[in-house]
Amino acid sequence: MLFAGLDLRLAAGAAAVVTGPNGVGKSSLLRLCAGLLAPAAGRVVAPSRTLLGEAAALDPELPLGRALDFWARLDGGRGRVAAALEAVELATLRDVPVKMLSTGQRRRAALARVVASGAALWLLDEPANGLDVAAVARLEALVAAHRAGGGAVLVATHVPLALPGAQAVELTAMADAPC
Amino acid sequence: MLIALIARDVRRGYAGGGATLVVIFFLLVATLFPFAIGPDAALLARIGGGVIWAAALLAALLPVERLVAPDLEQGVFDQLAVRGLSLALVAAARMVAHWLTFAPPLMAAAVAAAGLLGLPGVLLWRVELGLLIGTPALAALAVAVAALTAGFRGAGALAGLLMLPLAVPLLIFGAGALAEGGAGAFKLLAATSLLLVAGSPFVAGAAIRAGMD
Repeated sequence: MLFAGLDLRLAAGAAAVVTGPNGVGKSSLLRLCAGLLAPAAGRVVAPSRTLLGEAAALDPELPLGRALDFWARLDGGRGRVAAALEAVELATLRDVPVKMLSTGQRRRAALARVVASGAALWLLDEPANGLDVAAVARLEALVAAHRAGGGAVLVATHVPLALPGAQAVELTAMADAPC
Repeated sequence: MLIALIARDVRRGYAGGGATLVVIFFLLVATLFPFAIGPDAALLARIGGGVIWAAALLAALLPVERLVAPDLEQGVFDQLAVRGLSLALVAAARMVAHWLTFAPPLMAAAVAAAGLLGLPGVLLWRVELGLLIGTPALAALAVAVAALTAGFRGAGALAGLLMLPLAVPLLIFGAGALAEGGAGAFKLLAATSLLLVAGSPFVAGAAIRAGMD
């Protein structure tokens, strides 16, 4: 058992930041919200959602644009890929194979998929990992724009991010947690 | 949605050079037998069909390691599951895609192998028909075994140990159908194939789900 008694509501335009020490279950909470894990008790109700996980899930041999197109086709938003690449400032790398990208660029590419998904709820797991200062600022701006457009964001991060008015969800290790 | 998934997997199957590897390996195994048992044309023609089936089974093992593990590692299945796709359905799409990259090159290579072994034309037809019926099961098994072994060290060797025994019925009925009056064997081959194709997506889906946690 990682945590219990967690009650979290996110209205349109809201944000929540999950913090806590390593291994406390931040990623598990996000995966729970994404529907990838089943809760031992309780339930998760979420509208359309998208997850920025640890791995980029972009085909390494494909040019960045086409790798994103694959997911955009599943999300029904192929027209949004170009704008999303602009938003993360990767438009010039559209024809570069994903395997040639640096860690930070790959992270931004995964963020572009989140932007292009059109989902109402963004689940961001350590979104600032590998990003430089300018890219973190861009991330904050993208999150702000998404919230302004009526979306909601749940972020797990150990890097302080500027998210005005975000609820804090602090996870602490359960005293009787053997696993 | 499924079409996009299948198209991606087919592209990856051919782009990785996997199809070529399967064909070359298959032909290599098939040519080993004449070296091993000598150039007796009558003998080769008699065992040739069975040789092709055994070579096909061994060749089916080659792609197993790259069918599921890379996508599991890269979080592709996570992203598909977040989009609400059932993993059994994703596995079924992968089986279709794998069959499309695996069976046509293999069946074309079987013609070449039949030539190398001096197989008579009528036997070649039976081999091809048998492969047409049996390869969907081989593709389904490969994806299921790939999902079960994804993430293990030495997954390739383990996959061989898991998959070959399960594929033995296909070999028995496939090679059995080459004999005179093999219609019954074709039916049993089809029944075995149907069973494996119907069951494998659920096994693979559950294994992928377990691998994601």
